[in-house]
Amino acid sequence: MVASIENTPSALKTFAENLKRAPIRLRESVFRHDWPDTDRTRSQAVFANFFLHLHSTRIHERTLRFWSTCGMGVGALANFVLLTVTGILLMVYYKPSTDLAYQSIKDITFIVPTGQFIRNIHRWSAHMMVVFVLLHMVRVFYTSAYKSPREFNWLVGMALLVLTLGLSFTGYLLPWDQLAYWAITIGSNIAQSPREVTDAIGVTRFFDPGGLQKRILLGADTVGQEAVTRFYLLHVMVLPLFMIGLIGVHFWRVRKDGGLARPADEPGTPVRLLTGQTVSFAPAPEKTYGLMALVRGKTPQVDRGPEHTITAWPNAFYAEMAVLMATCTICLVLALIADAPLKEIANPGVPENPAKAPWYFLGLQELVSYSAFMGGIGIPTLVLLGLGLIPFLDSEADTGGLWPTSLTHRLLIAGSAFFSAFVVIALLAFTIRFGWLRSWFPHIPQLIIIVLNPGTLLVALFAEFSLCIMNRYNSTRAGAVALFTCFIVAFVILTYVATVHRGPNWSFYWSRSQWPIH
Amino acid sequence: MSSLRKPQPVPRRDFLGAAALMTCGATLGLATVGMARLPFPAVIAGESSKIKIGRPDDIAMGEERWVPSARAFVFRDKDGVHAISGVCTHLGCIVSRAPTGFACPCHGSRFGPQGEVTKGPAPSALPWLEISLAPDGQLVVDVESRTATGSRFRV
Ligand code: HEM
Ligand code: FES
Repeated sequence: MVASIENTPSALKTFAENLKRAPIRLRESVFRHDWPDTDRTRSQAVFANFFLHLHSTRIHERTLRFWSTCGMGVGALANFVLLTVTGILLMVYYKPSTDLAYQSIKDITFIVPTGQFIRNIHRWSAHMMVVFVLLHMVRVFYTSAYKSPREFNWLVGMALLVLTLGLSFTGYLLPWDQLAYWAITIGSNIAQSPREVTDAIGVTRFFDPGGLQKRILLGADTVGQEAVTRFYLLHVMVLPLFMIGLIGVHFWRVRKDGGLARPADEPGTPVRLLTGQTVSFAPAPEKTYGLMALVRGKTPQVDRGPEHTITAWPNAFYAEMAVLMATCTICLVLALIADAPLKEIANPGVPENPAKAPWYFLGLQELVSYSAFMGGIGIPTLVLLGLGLIPFLDSEADTGGLWPTSLTHRLLIAGSAFFSAFVVIALLAFTIRFGWLRSWFPHIPQLIIIVLNPGTLLVALFAEFSLCIMNRYNSTRAGAVALFTCFIVAFVILTYVATVHRGPNWSFYWSRSQWPIH
Repeated sequence: MSSLRKPQPVPRRDFLGAAALMTCGATLGLATVGMARLPFPAVIAGESSKIKIGRPDDIAMGEERWVPSARAFVFRDKDGVHAISGVCTHLGCIVSRAPTGFACPCHGSRFGPQGEVTKGPAPSALPWLEISLAPDGQLVVDVESRTATGSRFRV
């Protein structure tokens, strides 16, 4: 043993040597590849990096065409990133208590350096995220991208939609102003609204799911400190954690499902990449480099060669960065133009008039103004169920990835949109002009109104319409297109009417200037 | 072939494995149920539901007044005093007095002078609240009570 020590360099020398090499060794321990400046090293980088490897190293050229995605998915992610960063900044000063919350928001708005700007960004990107997520869903639907094998990712997406709305709802209470207080009072009473049914059949005393829901949400019977604590916890911790987890699953599944949905390749036509290069894909690939060169084991898709694929780095990264920058720009401009609102401090004795929820819930608020339970719980549940079942009920094979081009398909969409618009506007006009059952028969049992109101009527008409279309075209996809179009159009119209034309006491006004003074 | 169709004894290893798995599942399940109990408060903190609204003589004959602390309208007429809750039975906004009774700002419910629904989504009438006399001579409204429409507290 002693002899061998004499033969090796002295420990001190090794130490000095190691010290000198430490920075390089550190770098090598983090990055197991050379400086990424060739396709090969860049692919290695994507493959070896925890964050980057949500991409495959090579992606299909189609993925990056604007109309494949419209950038909406990545845009939604960009908003989530913006929200996380600005949210953490706001948490530095925000105090989740009924006594201090309002004042702390005021401080953030008027005293904290850049506070108002950060708060504006947080508000605006919350709105934008909802818009982007909805548009993303619309794009996925109309390009048939939910079909096998992507059914599960459609469901994950729906969970993300619910989380997005949940984050908005819980965030809405935190400023503890009038808007917040009354929106959450209404929201929590909607959670309680199954009572409308249990009351109507007289079993609330033994079975009260509505009461339980409200109690777990508010921790009390009215909106107060317990509610602020709970909403804060959900808003800054629980829902974002679920969101991050599910976004991870969502992206992972996009990759595992073979990248974006797309039609079969048509070889030949050259494609100009974002990087400015023009590449054309030969029908038979001569090059054989692929993942095999980098990965031990099988590639995810052994049956397809590298045709029509391009490296994720830099092509996909450029595209994603462009979407990120565009989203940030829009958000910053909006934040410079318009300030996040802050009304008077919450006053449990005097409601806002009109008391409006954030715009994306106003369609629901319109429905709630016919029946609390149906509008707030019944119909949303039906819609979510309907959306979730789409990939399973419409299983017609389709590679997906193309917007509808055939005339029949486009006419179907236009026709459904027209049908929906007509039915919604007619029904709204009728109720606004003539009222509904309660106005004609004051003593009518509530159960009848719960079952038969403009909201349920719309749902029934849409379902009927979609079945007719399915039958007529003999295609489940046609039925799905009809139903989805009806709901999107109804959502837009209801949201519009409730936002623009509902004034004090939820009465109809053509314009804001007609609102009575009070 | 036929031996394959006969029920085979479960190997010891598989049995123990399955038993361990089920124990694990049961433990996690029970723990989850236990944790789910936590967010349901055992006691609802809050003010008393009984609100003092002043002496009977303070309310003039024929007067009606809004009592913010009780969120109720209090009326006095020749038959006595009565209180009608101002919390909309639809989704809990506060109604205001209108020429024809009461109007809710949130989703357009209208109520008649007795609190009965005349229009809009409210599923039931505005409840009449029980009134009693406290030992110190003040009237007390119990905001959580319900009493028959039309009943008065005689003073
Ligand atoms: C927080 C919300 C969401 C985020 C951040 C998100 C993000 C993404 C991204 C980045 C992609 C890649 C393609 C693209 O950009 O379009 C994608 C694909 C997809 N998303 Fe989402 N998404 C969200 C919500 C949803 C919703 C609400 C749905 C539908 C209910 C959905 C269903 C899908 C499906 C099926 C795919 C695969 C599409 C294809 O293969 O072409 N996602 N998502
Ligand atoms: S809360 Fe009164 S109408 Fe909805």
